[in-house]
Amino acid sequence: MRHPWGVESTPEPDRVPLVRRDTRLDSYVDRYAARTHGMTASAIRALFAVANRPEVVSLAGGMPNIADLPLDVVGSALQDLVLGRGLQAMQYGSGQGEQEIREAICEVMSLEGISAHPDDVTVTVGSQQALDLVTRIFCDPGDVVLCEAPSYVGALGVFRSFQCDVAHVAMDSEGLVPEALREAVLALRAAGRSVKFVYTIPSFHNPAGVTQSLERRRAILAVAEETDLLVIEDNPYGLLGFDADPIPAIRSLSDDRVVYLGTFSKTFAPGFRIGWVLAPHAVREKLVLAQESATLCPPTFSQFAITAYLRQHDWQGQIKVFAEMYRERRDAMLAGLTAEMPAGVTWTVPAGGFYVWVTLPPGLDAQAMLPRAVTARVAYVPGTAFYADGFGSRHLRLSYCFPTPERILEGTRRLGEVLAYESELMSTFGTPLGAPHAAELPGHLAPGTDQR
Amino acid sequence: MPAVDPAADFSVPVQPVDLPQPDLVVVLAGGLSHEREVSLRSGRRVAQALRSRGLEVLESDVDSTLVPRLTELAGAVVFPVLHGEAGEDGALREVLALLGVPFVGSVGSACRVAFDKSIATTVVADAGLTTPTQVALPHEIFRELGAQALVAALGDQIGFPMMVKPSRGGSALGCTKVATAAELPAAMVGAYAYGPVAVVESFVEGTEVTVAVVDRGHGPTALPAVEIRPDSGVYDYTSRYTAGTTRFLCPAPLPTDVARRCADVALRVHEVLGLRDLSRTDLIIRDGEPVFLEVNVSPGMTETSAVPLASEAAGWSLGKTCADLVALAAARGGRPAAAVAQP
Repeated sequence: MRHPWGVESTPEPDRVPLVRRDTRLDSYVDRYAARTHGMTASAIRALFAVANRPEVVSLAGGMPNIADLPLDVVGSALQDLVLGRGLQAMQYGSGQGEQEIREAICEVMSLEGISAHPDDVTVTVGSQQALDLVTRIFCDPGDVVLCEAPSYVGALGVFRSFQCDVAHVAMDSEGLVPEALREAVLALRAAGRSVKFVYTIPSFHNPAGVTQSLERRRAILAVAEETDLLVIEDNPYGLLGFDADPIPAIRSLSDDRVVYLGTFSKTFAPGFRIGWVLAPHAVREKLVLAQESATLCPPTFSQFAITAYLRQHDWQGQIKVFAEMYRERRDAMLAGLTAEMPAGVTWTVPAGGFYVWVTLPPGLDAQAMLPRAVTARVAYVPGTAFYADGFGSRHLRLSYCFPTPERILEGTRRLGEVLAYESELMSTFGTPLGAPHAAELPGHLAPGTDQR
Repeated sequence: MPAVDPAADFSVPVQPVDLPQPDLVVVLAGGLSHEREVSLRSGRRVAQALRSRGLEVLESDVDSTLVPRLTELAGAVVFPVLHGEAGEDGALREVLALLGVPFVGSVGSACRVAFDKSIATTVVADAGLTTPTQVALPHEIFRELGAQALVAALGDQIGFPMMVKPSRGGSALGCTKVATAAELPAAMVGAYAYGPVAVVESFVEGTEVTVAVVDRGHGPTALPAVEIRPDSGVYDYTSRYTAGTTRFLCPAPLPTDVARRCADVALRVHEVLGLRDLSRTDLIIRDGEPVFLEVNVSPGMTETSAVPLASEAAGWSLGKTCADLVALAAARGGRPAAAVAQP
């Protein structure tokens, strides 16, 4: 018998008369849903397979550095959990998530000024699933979602998978620009489009590295009120600030205009896959039904484990340890950029989170030069990954979360050489480098989560 | 075009290979080239095919642990399934020879010539085979002589449309079809992103086929040609590695004499480049005549690659083909490391 991929499962004679094969090597090619269009192999995505090798300094991934976690504390908490409440922790749980962790989540959110009731929290499989559920319950194909320019690549992927159209809205050094938001909503509605919500990352933006001031948050909320627009606030990094107390979340300013997404992936560990949505009551009802349909219930064991960790460990102190470590790495990256970048390159200075957003001189193309960077053993994510429309080629995202400060310095040194070579090519040809990029599936242009 | 008999038997007879198998086959895949991902897929498939024949297989990446590990594994045969630089440019094979490790495939010196399009095309053309008109240009030449004049000269000499490719590399990475002079600089830069030398070739319009040559111990044999029809019209990275996006016909529906000419060209390429065991030659059939595009010394073995299809169309299971190549390599043995001269 012949396996569909040609690997035989039983011995066969060495020579079998065969007739012509006319094949696409995928028997199901005509049966896929329209939303799978674009789910193809990508040359840029394939480059990240090289980026994951130790020889390459990867400034591309978004893996938190969890090396500072007290594994003995986590280990003993997990042992106690299994021995003491294992039968409950390993059983199905509530579709909304366990009461205990929802209470703990409210405590976490209070650090950013949010006053919430555990009943309004829905636990999700990371905040990525929160994005999926929110889009699932709000968006029909062809609906418009407003996103910052640039925006989180994983969110763009979700919006695309639900066949939404993304319209990007300008940012400045304080993040999303309220006036631009107002103009976008009004223009789209005037064109007869259905705008479902604005998706924003107010603190330590991924990828732009900027943070909305409290005044900016109020102004964005005011535009949302004025235009009757729902705000999806995604806040994975808010507690990882380097200098000051967290700025109050947009959700802290409004109970019913904002759906808030949170996660334990950066403040504790991503492997548990626990995030959450805080939503107004009616929305929450639908989220729970959607969650039951998607997973029956979010991972019970992970919820119990995180609750135990929060109870038995100084988790706020741990977050401060993380933030100090990330600050040191950010400082290394900023020092490396200052020392190595050619004239005309600019970058943001994040006050927290994981990312620096770099802008290249006009004419350079970060996507086109990625193969050269990989040859030079340094990797980044080209800016085009963070746009749904093919823009962003003059930008790249550098992450400082996972590599050590020494590796970050080496990475920026290598990047400086790549940019110098690229600038020389541009001056040789006297033309902007690279052709305009077709809009690709954003995930094609960024590494997977298991990559550094 | 004459009709092709749909019930014809295309299988290629081969004498049975009756050689002992080694204790272990080390399938090398991965590496640091731009084609690492493809190589890992190819390696997995070759490893599975060999295991299906009962061989003991170790899948290994190429890193600093490889040489000590190979030194410990006496009696193993290496099957390099590495694409792109280091794997196909001969460097790694030179190391295997130096270590005296038997391996499947061409020797380093032959790979060095075959892998570089700017050299291989010249050698193949010198042997009297048809190739596109080709100019090979390191990027420095544009800086020294001025890009505008060179771009204009390329347009005059090669004409449009033209193909721009990195001289060393595979999977169509960095390759662009250029229709007008205005598109040429960006295409050159796209090729230079993958390496310091680019080749510019006249675009050959015609039927795209690829022909594998395998030597299972009785001399090189051409497998049935595979015709490639990408839905997008361009056999680029996406068309190559997304199942469903390209139609493969094997054997290619060609008149018998054209099919024979394709086989002859692939065999001749294999011969003039001094290749061993396995190669795949990419051709365009223009007016019934095959035109050489490039040759691969470590052809793709992924789920969407042509060589496994061709092997099966010949009536040779991929597992048996790979196992025979391994047995031959074992019988051939490794070249012993040069003895240190004694005074």
